[in-house]
Amino acid sequence: MYRVAVVGVQGDVEEHVISARRALERLGIKGEAVATRKHGVVSKSDAVIIPGGESTTISKLIFREGIAEEIIQLARDGKPVMGTCAGLILLSMHGDEQVEKTKTKLLGLMDIWVKRNAFGRQRESFQIKLDIKGIGPFDAVFIRAPAITKVGKDVEVLAKYDEFIVAAKQQNILGLAFHPELTPDTRVHEFFIEMGT
Amino acid sequence: MPVDLEKLRFGTELIKRGFAKMQKGGVIMDVTNAEQAAIAEDAGAVAVMALHKVPADIRQSGGVARMADPLKIQEIMEAVTIPVMAKCRIGHVAEARALEALGVDMIDESEVLTPADVFFHIDKKKFVVPFVCGARSLGEAVRRIWEGAAMIRTKGEAGTGNVVEAVKHIRLINRAIKELENLDEPSIMEIAEKYASAYTRLLESIRDEQGIRRLSKEDVVFEDYTLLEIIDGIFKVLMEVKEMQRLPVVNFAAGGVATPADAAFMMQLGMDGVFVGSGIFKSSNPPEYAKAIVEAVQHYDDPAVVAEVSKGLGEAMKGLDVFKLSEEERMQSRGV
Repeated sequence: MYRVAVVGVQGDVEEHVISARRALERLGIKGEAVATRKHGVVSKSDAVIIPGGESTTISKLIFREGIAEEIIQLARDGKPVMGTCAGLILLSMHGDEQVEKTKTKLLGLMDIWVKRNAFGRQRESFQIKLDIKGIGPFDAVFIRAPAITKVGKDVEVLAKYDEFIVAAKQQNILGLAFHPELTPDTRVHEFFIEMGT
Repeated sequence: MPVDLEKLRFGTELIKRGFAKMQKGGVIMDVTNAEQAAIAEDAGAVAVMALHKVPADIRQSGGVARMADPLKIQEIMEAVTIPVMAKCRIGHVAEARALEALGVDMIDESEVLTPADVFFHIDKKKFVVPFVCGARSLGEAVRRIWEGAAMIRTKGEAGTGNVVEAVKHIRLINRAIKELENLDEPSIMEIAEKYASAYTRLLESIRDEQGIRRLSKEDVVFEDYTLLEIIDGIFKVLMEVKEMQRLPVVNFAAGGVATPADAAFMMQLGMDGVFVGSGIFKSSNPPEYAKAIVEAVQHYDDPAVVAEVSKGLGEAMKGLDVFKLSEEERMQSRGV
């Protein structure tokens, strides 16, 4: 039984659980998607998702609960790890001045440089058709979104908007600046699950 | 990669409701200056509400409560990286537009301030910035959602440190949602008509006075919507509520939450998150109170954690007995 864990400390957790469940169904994989706020679930899963929310808040909670170490271990074992929006920030190795100012601890799983709130405040949040490598045109929702400003040599760029990189992959780690869980289209979640099968 | 700029869209319902979804499982704290905002961010708040006075002080000082000084709001926006919300008066479109121009991330059309319009709330669909609105009942919640609110919160009774009214509003809304489960479409249409009648108060009083003709469903009653269009819109929201067995937007508790246990209780009752107004900065130890409330929301289903974080916190805000407030003192009756 394939298990996708969604780190459920804060943010749009339920949306990811639903998207992952539907993706499993569409792929014909017998499995489950579960939200977790406690230590001990991520380590027993086959894939993990860090949702959108506030990176400052989620970071504090996953490090305090010992979930951060479990995610790092899962990534080292080669299992798929996906971060969307706030989740992308936490996956990165190099934060910007906002990350430093708020002393946000990062998981450091992707060799990328991120910029928080790269496009501005909520009124600048937007929705656009993106062309994602390996997935195709996708209706992407950006909410006070971060962006990737620079990537290391092992990182594959999957999508760009303007001068910013908004989707990237480093082996088994997938980072997105937008929210595939807010739309009914499950192709990103399917792509993510297939990374590990 | 080519990007079709014509497809670039701002302020869609998906973006506005999506913003609220990112707040789920979090605590939004009232702050009155940059220093308090930094304490809130440091404690793990998901957003702050910028105010010139917390509700307890608004209550005490009396007079007309208005939108906060934009300079103050800006100071707070510069002090933190998390979203900043601000309040406008019910129905006060110009205050809301000013807040949108300032760049606040969400506007609270709030009964805590003195209402500017006794007939109507703001037509929130016309804005790019998302709104949160208070509600005491399913009718109020559904009207606000139809008007475009991306998030609902209970009204509770702000500035009292007394959670009793928030609990009442949660129970009323949750039970009303449950009631929809077994109702057929004609019954839900009847409810939609009843809920929509709140929009007819202006025109009805005029027609009554003139005494020539009765109000009809084809009459435009609010902004450019006919009563029929409003009934239809409210019916659609109600069908969504029936189907989902919850509000179709994020639903927070607010109005009287003062302690970590209060916050945990709100979550146990099924709320998506908690607003804490006066509770933090009217307590004896704001940084510790703020942290404890965030943890209690996080672990609302773990009584041992709630007990642990509540230890030795010092005094909570003093609070007020809601039942001794006169009708004029009750903020929740503002805006139906």
